[in-house]
Amino acid sequence: MSHDSQDLPRYPAADRANHWVVVICFVLMATSGLAFFHPAFFPLTALLGGGPWARILHPYIGLVMVAAFALMAARFWRANVVHERDMAWLRKVPKLLEGDEEAMPEQDKYNGGQKLLFWGLVGSLAVLLLSGLPRWRAWWKLDVTLVRAASLAHAVAGAVLIGLIILHVYAAIWTKGSLRAMIRGTVTRAWAWQHHRAWYRKLTGHH
Amino acid sequence: MSLQSLDIHRRSATTTPSPQVRAPASGEVAKLIDVTKCIGCKACQTACMEWNDLRQEPSVNLGVYDNPADLTPDAWTVMRFTEYDNPGTGNLEWLIRKDGCMHCADPGCLKACPSPGAIVQYSNGIVDFQEENCIGCGYCVTGCPFDVPRISKKDNKAYKCTLCSDRVAVGQEPACVKTCPTGAIMFGTKEAMKDQAADRIEDLKERGFDKAGLYDPAGVGGTHVMYVLHHADTPSLYHGLPDKPAISPMVSLWKGVAKPLALLALGAAAVGSFFHYIVKGPLEVSPEAEAKAEADLAAEKAAARREPGAPS
Repeated sequence: MSHDSQDLPRYPAADRANHWVVVICFVLMATSGLAFFHPAFFPLTALLGGGPWARILHPYIGLVMVAAFALMAARFWRANVVHERDMAWLRKVPKLLEGDEEAMPEQDKYNGGQKLLFWGLVGSLAVLLLSGLPRWRAWWKLDVTLVRAASLAHAVAGAVLIGLIILHVYAAIWTKGSLRAMIRGTVTRAWAWQHHRAWYRKLTGHH
Repeated sequence: MSLQSLDIHRRSATTTPSPQVRAPASGEVAKLIDVTKCIGCKACQTACMEWNDLRQEPSVNLGVYDNPADLTPDAWTVMRFTEYDNPGTGNLEWLIRKDGCMHCADPGCLKACPSPGAIVQYSNGIVDFQEENCIGCGYCVTGCPFDVPRISKKDNKAYKCTLCSDRVAVGQEPACVKTCPTGAIMFGTKEAMKDQAADRIEDLKERGFDKAGLYDPAGVGGTHVMYVLHHADTPSLYHGLPDKPAISPMVSLWKGVAKPLALLALGAAAVGSFFHYIVKGPLEVSPEAEAKAEADLAAEKAAARREPGAPS
C-alpha cells in the first residue's frame, strides 16, 4: 500500500492500537452481554467458549476495555468539548442525513455528533463499570437490592452503549475515507476539507 | 435433575413451549409445613442431606439453635429458631420454621436465569435447578424474593431444595416429609394440602390462635411449599419470612419489558442504518473538495519553490 505524504495525520499508531484494543474487548463484551440479557443471543456465549466461560471472562475483559477506553478518553477529551457551533451542527443533522453536507456548519477535528458519541460512551461505560462491579459474584456477594438495581442499570447502559456503537460503525462506513484514519492513521486533504474544515485549516494553514 | 417422567411447564431463557403434553391429572403438588407442630428436631435437615448425598460441615454454636446458620449449597433446608415475646399473651413463644425453597408458581429465579434450561418448572409445580446448564452467574439469587439459591464455591453452580423431584417423579414424598416425626411436614396435591391446612387452622383458632392462617403468598402466584402459621398476620415474626413476597420490580423491568424494548431499539438502529445507506448512498468526498485540496497543495508547492528551505 502506498502512503501519500500529502495526506493529513489523524491518529498516531498508539491511538490506533488503543482504539482497536477497545474494539476487540467491545465485541466480546457486547456478544456475551447480549447473551446474558436475552435468550435469542445466548448462543453467542460460544464466542468465549460457552456459558460458564463467558460468565467467568466477561468481567475481566470489561476491566481491560474500561482501562483502555479511559486511556483513549484521556487523550481525546479536549478535542471533544462541546461548543455552540457543535449545537448548531447537531440541529442541522437531518440535512446531513439527506446527504447535503454543504448546509453544515464548519467543524473542527470532531463534529457535534462525534462529540455526543464520545460523551455518551464515557457515560455508559462509567455506568457499566459501576453497576458491573457489584454483580461480580466470583469476588463478593453484596446486598440483593443493590445487585438488583445494578442489574437493571447494567442492562440499560449496555443497550445504550451497543446502540451508540452501531451508529459509530455506520458513520464510519457511510462517510467514505473515514475508516483509514483508524487503520492507516491518515485521511486525504479533500476528506478533511469537506468534513472537518476548521481542522483542515489548522493543520494546513490554508483558508 | 432431568427427569423424563416429569413434563416441563416453564424453562429458563426459553421462548418456545417445552414438552408439556402430559400433566398431572390430580393437579399440582405442594408441601405443607405446619409450623405449629414443629418441635425443631432437625430430622428433616438430616433426611435432606441423606437423600441428596449432601454433607454440610456442622457450623459453630452462634448462641441459637440454627445450625448451619444459613442455607448453603450443601444445606438446602435449615431450621430457623425465633424467640418471640408475645405482647398480647405475655407468653414466650418459640417459633421454628423450616426454611428452604418455596417453589413459587411465578419463580423469580427462573425469570432472571439467562441460561436455557438451567431452571425448570415441572408441570406439577416443582421448580428445579438443572446444574449441568447452570453458568454460575447468580441471577437466580438476584431474582429470588426469599433469598434461597446458593452458589457453590466448589463448582460455581446454584443449588437449592428440589422438593425431591426425583422421589416425587416416582410417586414418593420428599425425604423431609417422610422423616418428620410429628407429621408437621405433609405432602400431596396442592388442593389436598390447602384442605388439610384449613382444618388445622380452624383447630388452631379454637385454641386461641385467632390469627392462625395459611402462608401461600399471592405475590408470587402462590407457592408449592406452604406454611401453617399461628401468626399468619405477621409472617416476618418467623425469622424474617417476607410478609408480602413478590418479584422485585427492578427484576421485572430488567427481565421483562427491557428485553423487547432494547432489542427493538438496537434492531432499529442497525436496520435503519443499513437502509439509510441503501436509500441515500454513501457520503463521499465531493469533486469540489478534491479540487480545493489540489489547489491548496499546488499553492504550497509554489510557495516552497519560491523560498527553498522555508517551512511550508
